[in-house]
This record gives sequence, structure tokens and C-alpha cells, in this order.
Amino acid sequence: MEKLILREIPDFHRIDVYEANGGYRALRKALGMTQDHVIDEVKKSGLRGRGGAAFPTGLKWSFMPKQTAKPKYLIVNGDEGEPGTFKDRQILEFNPHQLIEGSLIAAYAMGANMIYVYIRGEYLKWIQIFQKAIDEAYQRGYIGKNILGSSFSTEMVIHRGAGAYICGEESALMNSIEGERGYPRVKPPFPAQYGLWGAPTTINNVETLTNVPIIIERGGEWYASLGAPKLPGIILYGLSGHVNRPGVYELPTGMPIQDLIYNYAGGIRGGKKLKAIIPGGSSTPVIRADEIEGLRMEPDSLRMVGSMVGTAGMIVMDEDTDMVKLTARIAEFYHHESCGQCTPCREGTGWMAKILHRIVQGEGRIEDLDLLVDVANNIEGNTICALGDAAAWPVRAMVKKFRDEFEAYIRRTSRIPVPDKFTLLEPVAAKG
Amino acid sequence: MTHTQQVGMEFMFTEEELKTVEEIKSHYPTSQAALLPVLWLAQKKYGWISEELMKYVAKLLEVPYSHVLGVVTFYSMFNKKPVGKYHLQVCTNISCQLMGAETLLEHIEKQLHIRPGETTADGRFTLSEVECLGSCGTAPTIQINDDYYEALTPEKLDSILRSLR
Repeated sequence: MEKLILREIPDFHRIDVYEANGGYRALRKALGMTQDHVIDEVKKSGLRGRGGAAFPTGLKWSFMPKQTAKPKYLIVNGDEGEPGTFKDRQILEFNPHQLIEGSLIAAYAMGANMIYVYIRGEYLKWIQIFQKAIDEAYQRGYIGKNILGSSFSTEMVIHRGAGAYICGEESALMNSIEGERGYPRVKPPFPAQYGLWGAPTTINNVETLTNVPIIIERGGEWYASLGAPKLPGIILYGLSGHVNRPGVYELPTGMPIQDLIYNYAGGIRGGKKLKAIIPGGSSTPVIRADEIEGLRMEPDSLRMVGSMVGTAGMIVMDEDTDMVKLTARIAEFYHHESCGQCTPCREGTGWMAKILHRIVQGEGRIEDLDLLVDVANNIEGNTICALGDAAAWPVRAMVKKFRDEFEAYIRRTSRIPVPDKFTLLEPVAAKG
Repeated sequence: MTHTQQVGMEFMFTEEELKTVEEIKSHYPTSQAALLPVLWLAQKKYGWISEELMKYVAKLLEVPYSHVLGVVTFYSMFNKKPVGKYHLQVCTNISCQLMGAETLLEHIEKQLHIRPGETTADGRFTLSEVECLGSCGTAPTIQINDDYYEALTPEKLDSILRSLR
């Protein structure tokens, strides 16, 4: 299939090349449409957020109030930090102008006169590339006052993060722009009513917005005909772990998992067998190899095995993978990244990490497995934001689907058996 | 910039840097929103963010010092203590873990005789274990100062370390 995002054209990141290949035509077209017409087209396309939550994009845009005395903001979420996810960075590097164009169309549709692009702090190289693209777009009159001679004006500014996974959560992200600690906010009110500095705000993922010019140019109906009906369009699959050809693959949604692993990513390294996959970033529940036959990367199919598409950043594990160690590392991550506001998450993630490390170190007890599930259950649904859920799901799924491995880990460890009778040793007297 | 050098030092941005601060502030309706970008500017200049530096930034942006302290301590990329000339940030999250990040980390520990969180006696290297760098397709990855070094092996790492010694 023809590539629509990761275009195979040399120097596509340069504005001349982008324009020569039809770039900024969709913006011109959108500026000639009414704002409602643009939103309708995006609604028709069925586009859903690509940041992991898959919320319908057109619907989200329609939540923005039409009449308001306050300014309106669009935020581009480029805080990409979910382990296993490395797609937005490809867009920032290889197709920054399509992201700018999509953001401008979105800002026009919602009447936002300021666009903040939040990019994670570690991506300095990509921030520099993207800033260059913004500068080019300003020079050509695509950003700024009276864009392309229309009455629409908007500015675009990059806001660099500073190392906090939680800032990918939209309300934490807004606090981070405001110069606060990245604490998620209680919702409602939702950002469209009360966002940045209390003004109407919409936050969209980098990949989501990069799809917008395609939809405006080719029509919502055309876009909706691509891929899986419940998650239409094209998506960037990131394959990592034990595959021969890891990388980002642009394909229609709903691809068979086996096709992605064995055809696109070239199968398992060293001719080994597949053990499991994490389909869409570390928070999505693990799927065992014996479950993947016929599964597709779309919501209904993955729900059958208790998982979800997430960010489509798929982590592939071969037969030698130590699932217990892997789970401990996932738990440690969420513990590290919990912002600390909600007790169930702040304490629960730490307890899970502690218990899992205890098991890894051979100090595990068989009751620990039920304890882990219990802690996970008590985090899920009891926190301000979704980080709690994201921490609970993978641990619970791992224990459920690889329980025998956890049990073996606990039983095979060389714990010193407790003797029937204790002989207390005389404490060694301190030498004076 | 070492700790001893920073203590008792007068912090000051140059006229040009102050102009940059004003430009940053113009992007936002409040001066507090300029805090992260200005802290980045400060860290770039001084290498790490000390109490004195936080107080300077607080005054500059007219926000309480306690607020600046809260923000600096929330974000992992702001250095709360001096770091070596080369800051080795090893990603050990799952995609990197699967591809041998642990071996890589142990390798660095042995080569430089430091553990994560420590700096070599000569102040050349600081070692940190970090969370996902978004380089999962080219794992394992290490960030050294601002740059990514991807798809590493102990051998490749050795030649990088040699070039930095």
C-alpha cells in the first residue's frame, strides 16, 4: 500500500520537497471549508486518537465551545514515553510538515489561535528538527497572522518536557506547560471546558494530527474505508524486542499479528520460537503465543484475549524470555513514574515492584501471586488518571497468563529451609 | 562545573540570555509557564540546578522559590547535583532489557567502577539508569548528554567510551 505518513521520498522533511509533493494543499482546502465542515469530515473518517486511548478525534474537536471570551488552545502531544512506543519520533524526523499541517487544520477547525507542541525532553534532536520545520512554515506564511490570506491566525511554540512519563497524560501535560509539577487533574472539568489556564483546550497525539491532512485531501469516507472498521485508517506499528527486523511499519489498522511479526518484522531472531507479545506499549496486557493465531490489531479481536491496541508499539518476546524479570521491570517503571498524588497508585505500584523484586531475588512466597493481583485490583479504577490502570493491567495479566512460570520461580529458588529446631548462635562480642 | 565552584557563586544570565528569557515569556500568558524552558536554559549554562540557581530563576520569573524547588525535583532530567562531563543514561526498560541492556549496564559499571547515580572520581562520567527513551526499535540505547547511541553492543560501547576518555 502507498505510504501516507512515512513517505518514501528523500528529504521529505524539507518544506520545498513537502510542497512539491502536494504539501499544504490540504490546509488551503480546509481554510476554504467551514469549521464545522472540517470537523464533520474528521468525524466521518472515524479517526481515533493514536496516543493509546483511541478516543474519536472529530468528537473530541466538537467538544470545544464555539462562543467563548477566552482564548482557545491546541496542544500537540509528543511526549511519547510508553515503553515500546517509538513512532512519533519518526514523524518528527521524517515528516514534520505533515504534522504541522494537520495541527493547523485542527487549530482552524476549533478556532485555536495558539498551538503548543509538547515534546519529551530527551528528544532534543527531534525538537531541533521540528523547530526548523516550524521556522520554515512561518517563513512561507503557513503559520502566523492571516494564514494564506485567510482571516485565520495561529502561532506554534514547542514546549520541551523534562523527563516525566506522566506528562503524556493530557491534564498533567497542561500543568507542565503552566510551569507546574506534572500532576494529572481531576476530571471533569474536561480540557475542552477548562484546560490550559482555564481556557478551552484540546490535546491530540502527534500521529493523530499527522493523519488529518490525508483525511481533508481524500475525504473522510475514503479514510474510513481503510483498515479495521472500529479503528479505521492507517497506523504506525512499532515492532521491538526479539524480531529480525525491528522498526516502525506504516500499515492499515487491524493487521494480523502473525503477519506483522513473521512477514514485516522478519520473524523471531535466531530462529527461536515466539513466547509472547505485548501488543501496544507496556500497559497493554500480555498475549501468549498460543493465543495469537488469527488475532488482529483491532479492539474486538484483542478484547477476546483481554488486551488492547494501545499505541501499537508491539514488544515481541522469544522462548527464552524471563517473564518474571520482565514483569518486575514493568512494575518498577510505573512505580518510578507514579506522580504520587493518589495513594493506591503511589503505594500500590511500589508494593508491586517490591513483591516482584522479592520473587526475582528468590525470596518469593507462593501467596505473593494472589497478593500481586489483589494490589493491582485495588489500584485499578481508584486513581485520578489512567496511570494506575496502566500499572495494574500488565502485572495482573502476566501473573494470570504465566502463573506457572512465577510459581516455578518461587519454588525453584534455593531458599534455605527453616530447620525444625533453632540453635541460636551466641552473638559475637564486639572487639574493644 | 563542580559543586564547589557553584556554591556562593553569583548567578546571572547575560544580556542575550535575558533577552531569550523575555522571548520565552512572550509565548505564554503567565511568567510561571516559562519555568521549564528557563530551567533548561539555566541547566545548559551551569550543568546542574543548585539551590542558589533555583533562587535566581525564582526571582527572575517572580515565582516562589518553593515552587521552583517543587518543579525541579519533579522532573528527572533536571540535575539536582553536579554530573560528570559525560552523562551516560542507560535505558533498561523492557525493549532494551530484552536486547541486553542489563549486560550493557554491568559492562559500564565494570569499566568505569561506578554504579548508577555515581560519578567517576575524575568527574568525567556520571552513570544513570533511565526509563524508556523511545528507541525501542534500535535497542539497547544509551543517551550520552544530548545524543542517542543506539543498537549498542559491549564492543560498540567500548569504542564510544574510548573516544570520550
